[in-house]
Amino acid sequence: MKGNEALAEAAIRTGVDAFFGYPITPQSEVLEYLLQEDAQKRTGMVVLQTESETASINMVYGAACAGRRAMTSSSSPGISLMSEGISYLAGAELPGVIVNVARGGPGLGTIQPAQSDYFQATKAPGHGDFRQLVLAPASVQEMADFIPLAFDLAFKYRNPVMILSDGVIGQMMEKVYLPEPRPRMTEFPEWATIGKKPGKERKRITSLNLIPLEHEKHNQKLQAKYRQMEAEEIRYEEYLCQDAEYIMVAYGASARIASRAVEMARAKGIRVGLFRPVTLFPFPAPQIEALSLRVKGFLSIEMSAGQMIEDIRLAVGKNQRVEHFGRYGGLVHVPEEILEAFERFYMEPHGH
Amino acid sequence: MDIKDIIRPENRVYKKSDLLYDTTFNFCPGCGHGTIVRLIAEVVQEMGIEHEVIGISPIGCSVLLYDFFRFDVINASHGRAAAAATALKRVMPDRYIFSYQGDGDIAAIGTSETIHTCNRGENITIFFINNAIYGMTGGQMAPTTLTGMKTSTTPGGRLTQESGFPLHFTEMLASLDGTYYATRQAVHTPAAVRKAKKAIRLSLENQKLERGTSVVEFVSNCNSGWRMEPVASNQWMEEHMFPVFPLGDIKCEGKLIQRS
Ligand SMILES: Cc1ncc(C[n+]2csc(CCOP(=O)(O)OP(=O)(O)O)c2C)c(N)n1
Ligand code: SF4
Ligand SMILES: [Mg+2]
Repeated sequence: MKGNEALAEAAIRTGVDAFFGYPITPQSEVLEYLLQEDAQKRTGMVVLQTESETASINMVYGAACAGRRAMTSSSSPGISLMSEGISYLAGAELPGVIVNVARGGPGLGTIQPAQSDYFQATKAPGHGDFRQLVLAPASVQEMADFIPLAFDLAFKYRNPVMILSDGVIGQMMEKVYLPEPRPRMTEFPEWATIGKKPGKERKRITSLNLIPLEHEKHNQKLQAKYRQMEAEEIRYEEYLCQDAEYIMVAYGASARIASRAVEMARAKGIRVGLFRPVTLFPFPAPQIEALSLRVKGFLSIEMSAGQMIEDIRLAVGKNQRVEHFGRYGGLVHVPEEILEAFERFYMEPHGH
Repeated sequence: MDIKDIIRPENRVYKKSDLLYDTTFNFCPGCGHGTIVRLIAEVVQEMGIEHEVIGISPIGCSVLLYDFFRFDVINASHGRAAAAATALKRVMPDRYIFSYQGDGDIAAIGTSETIHTCNRGENITIFFINNAIYGMTGGQMAPTTLTGMKTSTTPGGRLTQESGFPLHFTEMLASLDGTYYATRQAVHTPAAVRKAKKAIRLSLENQKLERGTSVVEFVSNCNSGWRMEPVASNQWMEEHMFPVFPLGDIKCEGKLIQRS
């Protein structure tokens, strides 16, 4: 199955209540699949082609207010349009899942894959002091697996969760085990606005608070959630890191390609390992810091001009060298050039 | 006769709706918003649907609706209430969903969401409060600002060659096949209030027919933004707003009303 289709099928099986989407390459298959598979008939899931990504995210907001599992998917320019809505989800403490099958920018950029939305996803998905959880799938299998995971996290924290994929993973075809079907929800969270229950107080959902002291408190509560995410939700994968002297750090499609470069280095007798952050926020900084105490250097492999490297540097501090090798603007690395870059940085006497 | 002899249940001619909290509205004294909010609460109570209704407040002077109504209300981002309403209705088709939006919210920033919501014929109700100005942000030009009308961003009066024409947004919405009911009302006199209340009720009842979107526009005053006394603002509204935005039904039961 294609990555995008596996994700869509997983959404049906996860009992997602509503999907709102606007076509954009390279993720249009998600919306198409849901409509062609008649998700509405299979599970009663609402699937709607919207007039814009702005509408999509505000529909996610509306369905989330009703305590439903709601999601949207898009690619980079569309995600930019969703910024305000993602911020409202965070401010109003609503769960929602946003999928970004990223392409190269800036502007209209290209329809080719890229990882140049890392900053946007992890640092500033919208205005205000907030964070969203970011999951980065590196296989078609994870495109499927991360849907139930994303919803569990979104509801656990009442917070937006982004699945940050890219055109490679979205378009790639692989064998996939689809998640066990989950029933649609029949009970809704106590905070949901689904009509005032007799004898109970009415509910309101808003991100507005005009009293500065109260609003600071609200923000402190949000910050406490983000700290809890950092404590409980970090996910990562290590490949051949045990005895490694050097670590390549890569996520998503880059991690797939870098793993090949690691194997090629090993074949030459160079002890390189691959560290793959699975959650980009929370970033596995403690794990990278621990590695930095025993290896000689890091190489960040990104389909961008260097974004994740800033988080690696923060984690590593002055302990070790951290270098970056990127292809970008829609280009994808090949393993040989990754190995070459690595050797240039670390194997030559006066590296750099 | 003592005042106590007058204040008796049998003499009561008006009672605030039970669906309004005992709180102070944030509206300026004399503003039409307060009357419209009150009418919606009354209609919801009379229909007995407070357990089935979810309202959506906009960004504008009425953002705090959720603190006034004793039923579920959410706030949507600026202009996107119709999108949120679409989703609420789609996941809960048996609920009554309404949005309450100012002219800036609905007819400027929210134009796209509103048009497409009506075009899809979502079975929701849209209350559109047209005071020809951005009340909340201090009185800037709105899409519905009258030609020649002074606002803080049209200090010499709105010039059509600069800023275009007063937008007849409800007529635009009425022209869409998905719109089932569109009407323009006011709440400045007891007679107008009675009519407006009927329109509110019809617009909510329509949701059960599943025949499309209902839109109720209220031409309303913004005495603060217009820099007028409340009474003068209502007179000004009759003289200047009504000729441009004539009251009455625009579309009933899916059919446009022919007007002379
Ligand atoms: C995205 C965004 N842009 C601008 C604003 C500022 N803003 C708040 S209310 C408003 C206009 C409200 O005018 P209207 O909808 O006519 O409502 P009124 O206050 O007149 O009832 C604006 C521009 C905002 N909150 N969000
Ligand atoms: S600013 Fe205008 S619209 Fe807003 S509450 Fe005051 S009078 Fe009403
Ligand atoms: Mg206004």
